[in-house]
Amino acid sequence: MSLSRNQVKHVAKLANLPLTPQEEEKYSEQLSKILDYIDQLNSVDTSGVEPTFNVSGQENMMSEDKLGDCTISQEDTLSNTPKEERGFFVTKGVFEG
Amino acid sequence: MTYEPVIGLEVHVELSTKSKMFCRCSADYFGKEPNTHTCPVCLGLPGALPYINEQAIDDCIKIGLALNCTISEKSLFERKNYFYPDLPKGYQISQYRWPLCVGGKITLDSGEIIRINRAHQEEDTGKLTHKGKDTLIDFNRSGVPLVEIVTEPDFTDVEQIRDYAKKLQQLFRYLGVSNADMERGDMRLEANVSVRPEGQKELPSYRVELKNINSFRFMVAAVEYEIKRQTEALEKGEKLSQETRGWDEDKRQTYLQRSKEEAHDYRYFPEPDLPELILDQKKIEQIKKSLPELPWDKSNRYKELNIRVEDAVRVAESIELSQFFDDALKHGKKHGVKPQDIANYIVNKKPDIEKVLPTQIIEDIKDKKVGVIDNNEQLEVLAKQAIEENKKSAEDFKAGKENAIQALIGGVMRLSSGKADAGKVKEILTKLLLEIKN
Ligand SMILES: [Zn+2]
Repeated sequence: MSLSRNQVKHVAKLANLPLTPQEEEKYSEQLSKILDYIDQLNSVDTSGVEPTFNVSGQENMMSEDKLGDCTISQEDTLSNTPKEERGFFVTKGVFEG
Repeated sequence: MTYEPVIGLEVHVELSTKSKMFCRCSADYFGKEPNTHTCPVCLGLPGALPYINEQAIDDCIKIGLALNCTISEKSLFERKNYFYPDLPKGYQISQYRWPLCVGGKITLDSGEIIRINRAHQEEDTGKLTHKGKDTLIDFNRSGVPLVEIVTEPDFTDVEQIRDYAKKLQQLFRYLGVSNADMERGDMRLEANVSVRPEGQKELPSYRVELKNINSFRFMVAAVEYEIKRQTEALEKGEKLSQETRGWDEDKRQTYLQRSKEEAHDYRYFPEPDLPELILDQKKIEQIKKSLPELPWDKSNRYKELNIRVEDAVRVAESIELSQFFDDALKHGKKHGVKPQDIANYIVNKKPDIEKVLPTQIIEDIKDKKVGVIDNNEQLEVLAKQAIEENKKSAEDFKAGKENAIQALIGGVMRLSSGKADAGKVKEILTKLLLEIKN
């Protein structure tokens, strides 16, 4: 199954990834191969098999509503950002839409 | 040809849980120093794993039950994928094909029924502030539990929208699941508006989404504007299309935010990091039993006591006021005071229910010649006697149970045949109890 250049462009746009025309070509080939692999899986007859969404077999894993010790400091929170201001992350302006 | 609006609403309500939806950071973010209620989970750091907050699920079920929804035996979270700086993971954990609550309804004051499509659980995003060329991000709100309630397109005018929003807000407060403060953004509305020729049964082929409108007043204005704009367009024979619009308060008109071509493609898929929820009937029954009497059930019950409709609605406004009213009804019955008279007193005199006791207003109504005892010495004698007779409550109060004072106030009221000034009694009791403590 092959993925068109336009589909690759669309997926890249959704992920906000800038691709060069060469990359578009390269990824449409690579992604098509992945889809071929999925096609192989599709050849197995799964009629009458319930889909599995989670392989752990667990259910209702829930936590009590109380504060835990997961929270980290503002300094740590911001430690990987190239730009911050008064405790905020700063990014290029976005306009609604 | 005349046209009629077809409107559906989506309401987002932030739950007032202590911790967030999928991590145990504090969910109390309002007015806090930015990025101080954050952890690897709500910052979307690689490898961090979500863990469901049980209270949030219970609250969502409460909302669903109160809206007559069916609670799904099996419910799943899914990833809603889109790219935006307020969403650190690149997806929001939400529900799509297996929502927690489905197919309910709510009756408006007019008697019209609004069908509820679903109520599902999800998480809030971070908060963006636009500043010049930059956008500032605070992730304190990221991951705060959010319930989304989606109606069928059953609204035909803004009056219904107002009533619906008011009813939901009241419901959230009755259930104690959210402060539902619209100004603070605890409760947000989105509307899908389209217009069709009157009498047409099928839904229009397009709909306009009104989004990112952060005030209820503006939302109502935007809906009104859209009804007019769309009707005029159809009258001129123009074709309307699927799009998302926002509200420009300065120009008092809606504007195009996103057209159909740019529509989101969310690529939902089941969240592999969260096991499914299986809800047994026992748990659902338990939650059902824990629900308070709902505001509309209260006012219906009051109407059956021959209380005027508008008064019945007024005294059921808040759960606290209606409890006060219920207590007053009980005492009133003993003393032959009519329910409508009690409702009148509450609606007209607006007693401070924190200070006045229900028994007291019954006394007030009974002997209009208000025999209130507000003499300090006299009250102090009665207060001491009440403490003497109810040492347990006095001890409880001193141990920090503030509510225990109510029983003592009740004691004084009984000793004074309901004539003591409850506000003063509370003051005097507090003073006496604290003196004994020191
Ligand atoms: Zn967190």
